[in-house]
Amino acid sequence: MRVLTPTTLDEALEMLAGASTGWHGRLPTGCTSGGTQEPRSEPRRSELSPSGHVAPHAAPLIPIAGGTDLLVSWHQQPKDGMSLLDLSRLGSQLQPHRLTDTELELGALTTYWDVTSSPEVAAAFPLLVEAARLVGAVQIQMRGTWAGNIGNGSPAADGVPVLMAYDARVVLQSRAGQTEVPLDQYYTGYRQTVRRPDQLIVAIRVPRRPREREWFYKVGPRRAQAISKVAVAVVKDAAGWRVVASSVAPVVCRCRHFEQALADGRTFQTPAEIAQVLAADISPIDDIRSTARYRATVLSRLLYYWLQDRQAPQ
Amino acid sequence: MWIGADLPRIDGLGKLGGSARYVDDLAVEGVLHGGTVRSPVARGRIKNIHFDPALNWRDFVIVDHRDIPGANAVAMIEKDMPALAAQEVRYRYEPIVLIAHRSIRKMREALRAIRVDVEPLPAILDPEQPLTPELIQYRADNVFKRVDIRKGDVEAVLATAPHVITGEYRTGAQEHVYLETQGMLAYREDGRLVACGSMQCPFYVLNALAHAFGRPPEAFRVVPAATGGAFGGKEDFPSVLAIHAALLAEKAGAPVKMIYDRQEDMAATTKRHPSRVRHRTAVDRDGRLLALEIDVLLDGGAYVTMSPVVLSRGCIHAVGPYYCENIHVHGEARLTNSTPYGAFRGFGAPQTLFALERHIDVIAQRLGLDPVELRRRNLLRAGQTMATGQVYRDGPDLTALLDRALELGSYEERRRQHAAFNRTHPYLRRGIGLATFCHGAGFTGSGETYLASQVAVEALPDGSVEVLTAQTDMGQGVITVFTQIVADCLGLTPAQVHIAAPDTSRVPNSGPTVASRTVMVIGGLLEKACDNLRERLGAHDKTPLPLREGPGEGRNTPVLSGGLGFDADAAPGALSDAIRQWHAAHPGQRLLGRAQYAQPEEIVWDDKTYRGNAYAAYAWAAHVAEVEVDLRTYAVQVTDYVALQEVGQVVNPTLARGQIQGGVAQGIGWALFEEVVLQDGAMQNAQLTNYAIPTSQDLPPIRVYFEEQPSRYGPAGATGLGELPMDGPAPAVLNAVCHALNTSLDTIPLTPERLMEHMEDAGRG
Repeated sequence: MRVLTPTTLDEALEMLAGASTGWHGRLPTGCTSGGTQEPRSEPRRSELSPSGHVAPHAAPLIPIAGGTDLLVSWHQQPKDGMSLLDLSRLGSQLQPHRLTDTELELGALTTYWDVTSSPEVAAAFPLLVEAARLVGAVQIQMRGTWAGNIGNGSPAADGVPVLMAYDARVVLQSRAGQTEVPLDQYYTGYRQTVRRPDQLIVAIRVPRRPREREWFYKVGPRRAQAISKVAVAVVKDAAGWRVVASSVAPVVCRCRHFEQALADGRTFQTPAEIAQVLAADISPIDDIRSTARYRATVLSRLLYYWLQDRQAPQ
Repeated sequence: MWIGADLPRIDGLGKLGGSARYVDDLAVEGVLHGGTVRSPVARGRIKNIHFDPALNWRDFVIVDHRDIPGANAVAMIEKDMPALAAQEVRYRYEPIVLIAHRSIRKMREALRAIRVDVEPLPAILDPEQPLTPELIQYRADNVFKRVDIRKGDVEAVLATAPHVITGEYRTGAQEHVYLETQGMLAYREDGRLVACGSMQCPFYVLNALAHAFGRPPEAFRVVPAATGGAFGGKEDFPSVLAIHAALLAEKAGAPVKMIYDRQEDMAATTKRHPSRVRHRTAVDRDGRLLALEIDVLLDGGAYVTMSPVVLSRGCIHAVGPYYCENIHVHGEARLTNSTPYGAFRGFGAPQTLFALERHIDVIAQRLGLDPVELRRRNLLRAGQTMATGQVYRDGPDLTALLDRALELGSYEERRRQHAAFNRTHPYLRRGIGLATFCHGAGFTGSGETYLASQVAVEALPDGSVEVLTAQTDMGQGVITVFTQIVADCLGLTPAQVHIAAPDTSRVPNSGPTVASRTVMVIGGLLEKACDNLRERLGAHDKTPLPLREGPGEGRNTPVLSGGLGFDADAAPGALSDAIRQWHAAHPGQRLLGRAQYAQPEEIVWDDKTYRGNAYAAYAWAAHVAEVEVDLRTYAVQVTDYVALQEVGQVVNPTLARGQIQGGVAQGIGWALFEEVVLQDGAMQNAQLTNYAIPTSQDLPPIRVYFEEQPSRYGPAGATGLGELPMDGPAPAVLNAVCHALNTSLDTIPLTPERLMEHMEDAGRG
């Protein structure tokens, strides 16, 4: 295993560029033994490399920030050939977040805790705080980053649904320059993203618009410190409805058929009617945490009772 | 008076501050780290063990079954479980090969470089699956143990009764989730093999080592390290791990540490036995129980371990605190190719009491009776006989206990409020439920006679004493409560009482730290040992026991104060002076008070017929649970919990309350959250992210109340309470959910998925 520890963003981008063309950088610093889960967030290089000629044995360089995903079951996994890009020295450049009249910009190293401890952000984007408080325990909230949550690409991600419902955009940077991708177009499949190996998520931009309604609900196996079995975030603003669900498809996804039904002013008499519409949006599975039937049923019931409930948060 | 006082935990500061040494904290020079190669399948024949030639295996210590000097068996109740599988494996993750290396990283890499080729054999994963000859693996029919308890004539009454009500109830496996995982250190010292680790029963480990190595017990020394929780999970399994670590240490000629990580611990060690219990009950129109036919089936897993005694306790508790003239309890524990199930707090009783207490509510519902009234009509009264013929004599007024619990839980008022709430709320439903139950303290039947536990109290030259028992403090407070008991008996201060580490080379065999026996049985023996010490000092004039009215809330019965035979208030420090004088007169000699268990004459038990006094004393309880069910998610939140119990004299109120609260939390976890997902008979969700135990946010306020009616069998009237609180929460919570939803549920854990399917299939979604 090797660990690269850049001290500036430029250096980090250079390392990513080098790795993406088979570059073997300096010897790791602070290298530890052990292993990790498969780098599932890494895009398939043969498909995504811009140059098209990737050195066959070059290990993918995995950016690591809080490490709250990568370090799970760390010592039970083989680590030979693993390469990490340790972002811990880039805090001054990538950790601050910025709130203006028109948008919130989260840095690549902005943590959940940074957001929950900011009264201004909490007032402007309440769902971010609600979601962040349900991520692991306080220790995880202090280490885990919003960008890492996006980068890891889990369909059960806690931070992604609310960001997507707020219409967030992912800022990717490489030596070649910066691009922005709407978060709802970021994922291409289970743990597959549009990010090229030479790109780093450097920021997340969330537009600040007046909202008519906003709501988030997470269902886990218990009330705290749980991975979601199903979660839903709903926002209605000038750009329309965005209904985002997690753990019901290979990726965190927008429920576009259901959004359209809401936009059309359709009303629902039973949860089953909602479930019928959602069937075109989601494809839940049975796994170790829950069942497809439960996920589909509960998502429709949550939405049904939320629509019914006049006391719902506006 | 120290009994009844809130003496702060003596081991508390060391554990809070980090100076307590758990086995993995012990720094040992030259230690090797051991790891385990395990079976990849539920059952099969071992064909080949392949070591990847890319590794230099001469760097490793490698042990398999051929390295076992004595019998390849872990001595427990039976000796059917091999220490290391030789030709055949019976469960997934069964240990086959052990390796050790100085580097923990290299050891882990090496584990990945060993492949065991196993030819699969037909496995039985469900104890109800019909048997075919190729599935037979234990005696003629895979049955580890059968129990029959008979009283009266059940069949005749069932044939003629006005109502016969049947039910079938199921409970799942449960993982202990002790904070500290299993761990053991083995090394040679002065010609002996030493095993030091996390455990409840040092003498079980000692016997298992002696058997596997074919050497006398004196060839070993077993020393429990600070133990971070156990709940029964460290009753039987540490014998396995100690043999493994000792085999590696012996072959290596170096100390070896084996520490399981959480995943290995959850996947490869014992759990609570899953159960299926059937009830067929004859009742009259007033709800009086006329005949109870109860059929208990436990999944025993791949080897016998503790299954016979878990089944035995389960069957005896299957009738709970009720009177019935005609009873037949039949129980079987059967083999499956699952990870062996073992001891877990409650030991079979939570399973059968869940079935019984749900069934009582089902009977009430069928007859249109209030479940409280049904219980009131059937609770044991003084002079009536229990299932085994034991006469209910010394227990509390159970109807009064029930009434007090209902009052503390505002039962009637809440029922009315919930009915109104449930009529109007779109998706929340509230309910309240109860459970009345009991738990026997100490080993079942003649078990304590068989153990013949011994204890000693040694008087030291400085006037203090050292208490010598094999009881381990795994967080439940043994060190503290033994200090209180002995301080009272001898009129000493707690600082003058030292509790010896339960090192088998120093302490007598006072049996395992299990079965809610520690305070009642061992605490009782300590009283006798203190008397013996006093006699040897010539200070045996006994003052009469003073009676005082118990102060404080929760006490409405007179409380015995003081230890037996010594009035500490009258002569503070007198015994300490006497000890110092004795030592001055007998330089270099030891002064010990000793005691050995003898069954009280009136406690008679027949192991063959299951007739007699199953337990010298029971603890009695009535619990009330209140729930709110969210019909959007089918999640159940317990919103209030009242735990009222009669446990004799409470030795330490804070520790006792902690035991009850912890047990209730564990019981709620078993009822609602904790699902062991089995794949090929082994735990698939062996991680704390995917096996959900309740957090503080998932638990209600747990309001604990004690009735204290001193027992004649325990020290100063104390009995046992460690397992009791595990028995009530599951039925109380499920009864509350059934009340909230006006339905009938029979399976735990009641996960939201299971509740959703039940409600949708019942057309109530």
